[in-house]
Amino acid sequence: MKLSELTAHQLKESYKKGGTSPTEVCKALFTAVDRLDPIIHAFVYLDREKILARAKELEQRPYERPLWGIPVAIKDILCVEGEPTTCASKILEGFCPPYNATVIEYLKAAGAILFGKTNMDEFAFGSSTETSCYGPTKNPWHVDRIPGGSSGGSCACVSAGQVPLSLGSDTGGSIRQPASMCGVVGLKPTYGRVSRYGLIAFASSLDQVGPIARDIPDCALLAEIISRHDPRDATSVAIETPPYSALLQKDITGLTLGVPREYFAEGIHADVGGALQDALKTLKGLGAKTVSISLPHTKYAVADYYIVAPAEASSNLARFDGVQYGYRSQTAPYSAEHGPLIDMYLNTRREGFGAEAKRRIMLGTHALSSGYYEAYYLRALKVRSLIRGDFDEAFKKCDCIITPTSPTTAFGIGERLADPLSMYLSDILTISANLSGIPGISLPCGFDPQGLPIGLQILARPFDEQLIFNVGYAFQCATDFHTKRPGLAAGKDA
Amino acid sequence: MDFETVIGLEVHVQLSTASKVFCGCGTLFGEAANTQTCPVCLGLPGSLPVLNKEAFRKAIKAALALNCEIAEITKFDRKHYFYPDLPKNFQISQFDMPFSRDGQLEIIIEEGIKRIGITRVHLEEDAGKLMHMADGDNSLVDFNRAGTPLLEIVSEPDMSSPEEAYAYLTELKAVMEYIEVSDCDMEKGSLRCDANISLRPRGTAGLGAKVEIKNMNSFKAVRAALQYEVNRQHDLLADGKTVVQETRLWDADGLYTTPMRGKEESHDYRYFPEPDLPLFEISRQMVADIRSGLPEMPARRRERFVSEYRLSEYDAGVLTQDKALADYFEEVLVDYNNPKMVANWLMGDILAYLSATNMTITEVKMTPQSLAKALKLQEDGVISGKIQKQILPVLLKEGKDPEAYVKEAGLAQISDEDELSRIVERVIAANPASVQSYREGKEKALGFLVGGVMKETRGKANPQLVNQLLKERLDTSNT
Repeated sequence: MKLSELTAHQLKESYKKGGTSPTEVCKALFTAVDRLDPIIHAFVYLDREKILARAKELEQRPYERPLWGIPVAIKDILCVEGEPTTCASKILEGFCPPYNATVIEYLKAAGAILFGKTNMDEFAFGSSTETSCYGPTKNPWHVDRIPGGSSGGSCACVSAGQVPLSLGSDTGGSIRQPASMCGVVGLKPTYGRVSRYGLIAFASSLDQVGPIARDIPDCALLAEIISRHDPRDATSVAIETPPYSALLQKDITGLTLGVPREYFAEGIHADVGGALQDALKTLKGLGAKTVSISLPHTKYAVADYYIVAPAEASSNLARFDGVQYGYRSQTAPYSAEHGPLIDMYLNTRREGFGAEAKRRIMLGTHALSSGYYEAYYLRALKVRSLIRGDFDEAFKKCDCIITPTSPTTAFGIGERLADPLSMYLSDILTISANLSGIPGISLPCGFDPQGLPIGLQILARPFDEQLIFNVGYAFQCATDFHTKRPGLAAGKDA
Repeated sequence: MDFETVIGLEVHVQLSTASKVFCGCGTLFGEAANTQTCPVCLGLPGSLPVLNKEAFRKAIKAALALNCEIAEITKFDRKHYFYPDLPKNFQISQFDMPFSRDGQLEIIIEEGIKRIGITRVHLEEDAGKLMHMADGDNSLVDFNRAGTPLLEIVSEPDMSSPEEAYAYLTELKAVMEYIEVSDCDMEKGSLRCDANISLRPRGTAGLGAKVEIKNMNSFKAVRAALQYEVNRQHDLLADGKTVVQETRLWDADGLYTTPMRGKEESHDYRYFPEPDLPLFEISRQMVADIRSGLPEMPARRRERFVSEYRLSEYDAGVLTQDKALADYFEEVLVDYNNPKMVANWLMGDILAYLSATNMTITEVKMTPQSLAKALKLQEDGVISGKIQKQILPVLLKEGKDPEAYVKEAGLAQISDEDELSRIVERVIAANPASVQSYREGKEKALGFLVGGVMKETRGKANPQLVNQLLKERLDTSNT
């Protein structure tokens, strides 16, 4: 097997036996990147010298650390000290944070090798990784298709075998939806489980950092490293994280799986629906029971999300003004109408933000405006608590909930760019988990006739990630969808 | 028509905490630009605020000292506006759930005590400072101040004259100093005040068009600006004109207010709950703990000084305005229990010395114990009041022991009858004309003779004794 195809667990095993070294692995991954990235464009930054230096440094002090020598790619939304961190936006051009996000500190302490920054929708605004200022990422399974988004780069690089693990962020499905479309495993942890310090905020009350991997044990391993209380994030919950990967077990006998009627209704593509029915059969065959449940307020989730998320985003993005860092417009001369300061703001933001960012800033600004605040924002908060209430009710009847991750498989590049509403609807099945704060995962459960991956979503009670991993593990022990790699990945790179 | 004035004040007070309100940076004043900063107070992408517990405790302490109700649950909100000194282009403040409301502050006015309502007190972060370069094209920002904890204290429109506004600020400063949460120095910017003022026909209940005045840099400037506005608005209304509702700036050089330039659009701050900070529950236990740690407030202390030490309202007011002075006063009393006497010397010569040297009572070298000793020396007749006046500046400046100093400088009063009698004889002999006048009933002449004795003794003679000896000698003898 090629080094670039090994999972983190396989790499660890090989390191232990002296079969390979971090330097060798990184070089193999560079070869994969050289061959694949000109086609899929998953990375926006990769400092090979720094990566090899880190590998060398680790090799000089080899000791038992959970991610010793494991390369992890980082979504360009997380601050890495001294490396460009731009959220794929022109407005952060040249910005190198003077500090590390907490999750980056945790990765470094665990012995990981930070393996470049990955492409994304600008400020995570999108479901296709097409709104990036660096241009789109392609789906490794089919290069005319989008990889999903916004963590499209982080999912594509893991799928294509450029790196075994990556970090993404999920505000409305931004880890799970691209994981589904790229045929990898991606977790959105419970809100408060993972520190947001150093995650450039999109919607503060919805954002979570999460792991992306090729199988459940790898995903669980990365999840347990990053899930730790952080006093620098007031929304981080002081709660112990179980050693997920060590506690994995595939016996799901007697578990009750909720199947929400609303998630298998109109709009779900027949291929997706079919794969899900097969998956449910598999899980029942493993001893689980299913029960039909209802999440009646699901139909309001997208509308609700597109008030709450842009409102918070319009506020979070106010700081990008050209004063301290990032892009500053040099457009001159200034107009007499506003004066130099206001014109600097206007031109910087006009030239620095892309169309989708501007759309969301306008939506959010409007929703928070005096006279509209009650009608939009306050009402959205009420609906949000109804949606959360749906899950509270549902979890009285079941242990976890099984749904498709996305209504369709990966759509064509450019297909939905001009139609924001259809783009927004591709997150219809993932958004509710963010609004409710509950954890959710996507894992591969089949392929459509074009060979595009289909994702299965598992949702659970807050802080019940272990159950999610166990159900996913049981499923992967009984199936081989997660072992399939895109044809593109099979090359002579190792 | 007769008008009455309605004034409300909005005061911002910087809390004197070691670190900023949402990060661990220091709050030292006057450090090199942008050295007291971190990703949080610079508002760098990805950074998050965490509430400083010490700042929150101090804020609660201040609100309790202003007799406010403390909320059980409070939250922070974002207030949005674009300005280069505001790193995130929003300020973390409190909107509809401030941590405290409904307080009051007692001020002393001519008619007695007046209660001024406090609408609310909330906690927020301060902004940085802009410096405009001489070239006129560039400005620099210093973020050292950004994130300093700031209390906003909003009064009810309960003040009816500029004098009352001045008294309110003085009392507010005294309270904040008593509880040691702020030094309230307007010149350093640790207290800032905006004033709202309107006039209405006397006896009516509605409010006239409100003018907000900004840019005052001292309590006196607040008073002067308000007085200017009272006159300006009065003249307009008396002429049958209307007052424009607007914001005006005080010009400290020209001593007038001018409308703020540019469109004073009503800002839409787009307040919404700060999602990075959870709701805060304020435990009743914590409130009780903070309340029990509150010192005696200036108003209570003033009352006590009147009842316990029999001081006048005025004297008690002056002594309690400054906590350190009041503490000093009471410490002197421990060793020398004559409140009236101590108050007179403190408020007379000692305050004059402090104001002349621009010092505070805590900076002088004379301890309360030494003042007590000095006053006792006077009471015991060892020194005269005149000598006391002479030695106090020395004691204040050099911190000497009064007894030793009096001895060393040979300033002890002469109370020896024999010695004084000899001097009295000499003075009488040398001034026959005055003796004559006195005997003719001109009491004034006695003063001249006393002066003569004092001159001979360089002021050290015991004045009562000199008086007594002179009278005895002149009244009983004919020679």
